[in-house]
Formats: sequence, C-alpha cells, structure tokens
Amino acid sequence: MTDIVRPFWIMVQKEISDHVRSWKFIILVALILLTTIGSLFTVLSIIRGNAANINSDNTFLFLNLFTTSDGSLPPFITLIGFLGPLLGIALGFDVINSERNRGTLSRVISQPIPRDHFINSKFVGALAVICVLVFSLGFLVMGLGIISIGIPPTPDEFLRIIIFLLLSCVYIAFWLNLGIVFSTTFRQSSTSALSCLAIWLFFTAFYSMLVQILANAVYRDPYSIKVLTLILSRLSPNYLYSELTTILLTPSIRSLGALSIEQIYGAIPSSLPLGQSLLLIWPHITGLIAASIICFGISYIFFMRQEIRA
Amino acid sequence: MPEPIIEIKDLTKDYEGKRAVDHLNLNINKGEIFGLLGPNGAGKTTVILMLLGLSEPTGGSIKISGYDSTTEPLKVKKITGYLPDQVGFYENRTGLENLLYTARLNGISGKRAYESAEKLLDIVGLREAKYKKTGIYSKGMKQRLGLADVLIKEPEIIILDEPTIGIDPKGINEFLDLIRKLSKDKGITVLLSSHLLHQVQKICDRVGLFVDGRLLAEGNIDEMAEKLFNNKEIAIKAQVSNITQDLIDDLKKIEGIRKVSYSGDWLIIKSIENVTPAIAKSIIAKGGSLYQLSYEKYGLDEIYQYYFEGGVRHD
Repeated sequence: MTDIVRPFWIMVQKEISDHVRSWKFIILVALILLTTIGSLFTVLSIIRGNAANINSDNTFLFLNLFTTSDGSLPPFITLIGFLGPLLGIALGFDVINSERNRGTLSRVISQPIPRDHFINSKFVGALAVICVLVFSLGFLVMGLGIISIGIPPTPDEFLRIIIFLLLSCVYIAFWLNLGIVFSTTFRQSSTSALSCLAIWLFFTAFYSMLVQILANAVYRDPYSIKVLTLILSRLSPNYLYSELTTILLTPSIRSLGALSIEQIYGAIPSSLPLGQSLLLIWPHITGLIAASIICFGISYIFFMRQEIRA
Repeated sequence: MPEPIIEIKDLTKDYEGKRAVDHLNLNINKGEIFGLLGPNGAGKTTVILMLLGLSEPTGGSIKISGYDSTTEPLKVKKITGYLPDQVGFYENRTGLENLLYTARLNGISGKRAYESAEKLLDIVGLREAKYKKTGIYSKGMKQRLGLADVLIKEPEIIILDEPTIGIDPKGINEFLDLIRKLSKDKGITVLLSSHLLHQVQKICDRVGLFVDGRLLAEGNIDEMAEKLFNNKEIAIKAQVSNITQDLIDDLKKIEGIRKVSYSGDWLIIKSIENVTPAIAKSIIAKGGSLYQLSYEKYGLDEIYQYYFEGGVRHD
C-alpha cells in the first residue's frame, strides 16, 4: 500500500514548492499581507481612541480586531472574503491545463502512479498552501492584537477565531476547486482564468443586484420580498461566507432572518454562546463544504474521463 | 523461439464512432527494436496510450510482460518507460531536479536516485546542462533528457512516440545511435513510432506498417517487400537529357511496363520485369542521351510510398 501512497506525498510536496516559488503567489501574498496589516492598524487606532469606553463587561473585544473598520480600509473578514477567492482562483486556474500544454502531464502520468493522484495532489497541495497562509495571517492578527492592546482572547473567542479561519479555508477551497474545474475544461490557461474571474465578479458585484430586481418583480409585499431575497442570496458562496463570518465573530447577532415581535418579546439582549452561534450557521457550513466538494467532484470526473494526449 | 514481451490481441479502439484502431494483432519480442511506422493520424499514439493503460481499449487485450495493461496499469507502468511525442519538463526546475522527481515517483530515492541520475545525464550528454533550468533547453536537449527520464526507472521496455520530431539531422543520428546502443547493451525492448521511415529503417530490427488503424504488414524490411510485392513490381530510374511526350508514349508500348512518370531529367518507370535493355534502346532511338540507368528492388521507401500515397489496402 505504501508503494501507492508515497508517490502521492511526493507529488503534493512538489505542488507546494511550486506554488510557494511562483510569482503569482508571492504577489498575492504581498497584497494580502499589506492590506491585513493596514486594516489591523486602523482597528488598533480605533480601539486605542476609545480606550476610555472599554470596561470589563465589554466581552468579545478581541473579536473586534477582525470585524471593525473606520471605513478607510475594510476589516479582516471582508478582506479575506474579497481576496480569498482571488487566491483560490490564482492557485487553481492553471493546474491541469498548464501541465497538459507543457507536455508534463503525459510524462508524469506514465509513471507507476494511479491517474487520480495527479488531480488529488494538485488539490491537496494548493489546499495546504491556503491553510498555512490563512492560519498564519489569523495568528499574526491575533498576536499583534495581544501585543498592542494587552488583552488576551478568551477561550470562547479563540475557538471562534479558529473556526472562522477553518471556514475561510473551506471558502477559499471552493474557489480553488472552481479554478480546477475550469483548468480541466479549458485548454488555454487564460480562458480558464477569465472564466473564474467572471464568476467571481458576478457573485461579488452583480448577483445581489440581480436578486433584488428579481425579488421586486415577483412579489409586492416587503416581507415576501425579504424572504425571497434571502433565499436567493444564499445561493451565492460569497453571501454564505459573509453571513457565516458575521455571526461567528459578532456573537451579539442573534438571528439571520427577520424576527417577529413575539419572538423578540421577553428575550434577554445578550450575546449567543458559541454553540448557539454554530447552530445558526450550521446550514451555511454544510452548504459551503458541499459546494466545494461538488466542484472538486466535477473536475475529478472530467479529468478521469479526459484523453491524456496533448 | 523468441519470447514475446508485448502481446497485443485483437486490439480495437473507437473514438466517437470512428474506428481508430482496428483489430490489431502484434507480438514484440524481448530485446528487439520494433518500429511502428505510419502517417500522422494512423492511430500510433492511441495504441501506445492503450499499451500503458492510459486509454481504455474498446475491445481486445494487451499483455506486457504478463501483466494486463487495462487492469494492472501500475505494474505495466513500473516496467515501461514512455517518452511522449511532445515531451515537457518543469521549466522552473533544473534537468537534474526533473530527473530526481521521476526517480522518486518510481520509488527510487536518496543517494541511489542521485547517482543514477548523474550517470544517465552523462550518458545522454547533458553533464554540462544538468544544473540549468529546463526552460532554456533546446528541443534536442529536452529529447535527450526525456530519454534519461525514461531510463531512470530501469525499465524493461521503453516506448518512444515520434522521438526524432524537431531535432536537427545530426542530433537525430546521435539520438538513434544512443537508443540502439542502450537497447543492445541492457537488453531493453524498444517500441518506437515514427512517420519518418529512414530513421525507423536505420535502427529497427522489425517494423510494422500501420495505416488507418490497421497493421498492414510486419517483419523485417526484406520480408515485407516480398510479402507486399509478390507481383514482383520493380522500379527503373533513368537520367535522360531531353524527355519528350513522344518518348514516354514509346516507352509505354514496351511489354511489362506499367507506369511511366518523370521529374526533372529523371524518368521513373514501373515494370513487372527487368526491361532495362529495351528502355535504353528506346531512349537512344528517340535521340536522347542516357546518362544513368538503374534498376531497383523495392525498399522500405517504395513500400512506404505505395501505401501512404496510394492508400491501398492490403486485405
């Protein structure tokens, strides 16, 4: 068995070192790092400026590091929501077709390895790079936060941040897999990159507008419009991710939809415990993981059925 | 009795309704160099991919050293090295790194991989270039690195798909000599495909003519000529000062001559028997000067022309 498993990790290793050495990755990391540090500084200056208002009852102060902004630079969660897909696409859009075009695919696949090692190692390699990057960024923000405000995160906050980082990896993995799908479908790397970016742009910029127009056209009463908008919006991975991170890192948010007067009546205005926050976003988590796996499944099937010849 | 290492039985492959390989039967013996000769699009690469289990046959079976290519591709790929027609390397890595990667995928690692990579790079003449990135390699260098890459897994069989494409003539000769030498020294079986017949003729023990998915003939070159031209057709070439239509008409009247054509000052005459005296007489009678007159038995060249240009099927 190890005869089959060992080459797989060798291939994963090669993928990781390829990504880390590539210019597109270095440029993206530089970009993400710069914006992260920028947003962290704005957050820290806000917190310092309002130091007098902070009291010991103000729990979840630490999470503000990830969510607060003064409007000049977006907070960390928005940043990852925006640049994460770009990172995923950049790592995924040419994994298969570039090897095919360079003539390395047929050479590697004629080695004694199962065919799916090729696409699996591409996925695992890129995913490893993404996870390392996301977690180091997250810990960087935490570390700088602890140093500059002097308040450590509570265990609950720490867990929330870890889960947030994990789900960010899943979210970026979705875009990675979308990139892999296009890289198996299109011969030209540029075509596949443009297709990925088109989908990304569609979901970031146009989808919400489209949903608004559609909902307003179908219904007249505000409640139905709201419900339909929400249902349709949640088909977008961007929206799922932004809802999910907001709930996770802002424990004071108690519901995702509209609440009736009866539901609010008598409720104690406190924060949700972690378990309850997770319960609220459980469908989002499964949805995001499912979307990611479906994309990979499609690319896997495409790849396995494709002819090897260049 | 030679022992077959590659056994192909009734191999058939359909692509979208088109039959790419049609009931191919072929045995290749241990240690021999077999040339699969055919025009582009004849299905050579398809056959090769099926041999390696990279493409699934529609029907028939392939056994390589006793392993079934379709059901046990890993075992087949373990003992078979494959050099694709458009071989590529990771361009941001050096030649040595590329070789070491292949070695590790084949379960050879550490010092042993390094030593054998160094040795092979010496053999293929890339000692100077081994620390250079493959992105700057010429086509010929890539092809030689490809050969090292194929050999590093210590294969019993190597399959080379159009190995000479894009290399200059001097490079081709060196490359083919290298293949021949390696095959004879180490007893490696070689299957090489080509549409360039002179190269195949030069190093192959046996060749197979493969057109439109069918193997038209196999054997060594003499055997094939005999098999294909049992009607004893021969070619006569004559260099004549002035070729006129009158002369051609006259030649066509000679008994046994089937076809007369010309290019420049060369007359090319196809005949069923040796009628050179009659031809000479006829040319002189028409007032032409005869500089050369030659009589040729069919070689691979003619066989090739016969099939690939005429597209005749040998049923």
